[in-house]
Amino acid sequence: MRRSLLFIPANRPGMMQNAEVFEADGIIFDLEDSVALNEKDAARTLLKHFLATFKFDFEVVIRINPIDHVNGLLDLETIISPAVDAIMLPKADPAMVRKLGELLEGFERARGIRKTIKIIPLIELAKSVLQMEEIAGLPRVDGMMLGAEDLSSDMEMERTKTGNEIFYPRARLAYIARAFGIDAIDTPFTDVLDEDGLCADARRAKGLGLTGKAAIHPNQIRYINEIFSPSKAQIEWALKVIAAAKEHSGAFSLDGKMIDTPIIARCEKILEKGRKWKLL
Amino acid sequence: MKIGIAGSLESSDCLVRAEESDKLEIQIESSVFEFFGNQIRKVVLDTLEDQGIKTIKIHVNDKGALDYTIRSRLLTAIERMKRS
Repeated sequence: MRRSLLFIPANRPGMMQNAEVFEADGIIFDLEDSVALNEKDAARTLLKHFLATFKFDFEVVIRINPIDHVNGLLDLETIISPAVDAIMLPKADPAMVRKLGELLEGFERARGIRKTIKIIPLIELAKSVLQMEEIAGLPRVDGMMLGAEDLSSDMEMERTKTGNEIFYPRARLAYIARAFGIDAIDTPFTDVLDEDGLCADARRAKGLGLTGKAAIHPNQIRYINEIFSPSKAQIEWALKVIAAAKEHSGAFSLDGKMIDTPIIARCEKILEKGRKWKLL
Repeated sequence: MKIGIAGSLESSDCLVRAEESDKLEIQIESSVFEFFGNQIRKVVLDTLEDQGIKTIKIHVNDKGALDYTIRSRLLTAIERMKRS
């Protein structure tokens, strides 16, 4: 369960060292778009030593370069260690996700890494939108993220703040991710000065069923966390329902409303999120 | 002359220049040299020893970098020097 994932360029030690104060559920250390081609070597080396130096209380996600290019393979060879929780794969398709899974398995075995490093495929091509169902079912995939900027480019669509042009991939991502029990992570909102726009965009994504959102600036995190967390009222209601459910078997009435199994399940999910994010 | 440069002059980073030489020379510039000059020098020497390098000219312009950053930038500068 991830509400917020913050992108940080992996060649900026000042930002990397401050990652934990941003209160994102996960940090995406980016080796791809935010690192110039002639700085890839420096970023990889810096990230490797950074990961070996600190301990983290957030999820460590690394966005690597595409693995059909030497940079992606060098990224993996350099940075795979027990500190890495997940790899974000750009321009993912099923074959690349399978290949990445095989590579990770090899690194884990060779380096004695006991955990299973997860994969977060980036859905940023029209073809990948259609392949989401196949991608979601592959081993190690525990979330998918929409990359709307590249997707809009691939579709030759104009990106707008209302996001009408990404209604379909967002909705498809939400349904497929839910069906496979994985996270549906929304694309970042790129105007870092427009807080109202960010909130409206995040609410639209949540309304479609997405479970979290990526951020490109630390100031975006608190809004995203708030929007993708259960509200205080929802938590109070869920606690009341679960307490009442213990007194009843089957459907019952609470404050004039019928409570049945799907509502109880929903309340349990709200409380699970509340416990995870220390909101209870 | 083989030269490699890595890093930046941003806060918490350092700019490292590695240059082929027939002797060992280490120059360090830092606004906190009085407090951390010896530590920066130690990181450089330890890294060179790990790499089996006995002769090289290193210049570090430090902007408050932690040890892991100095080591990383030095390693990249050395690799770039070798490739140049």
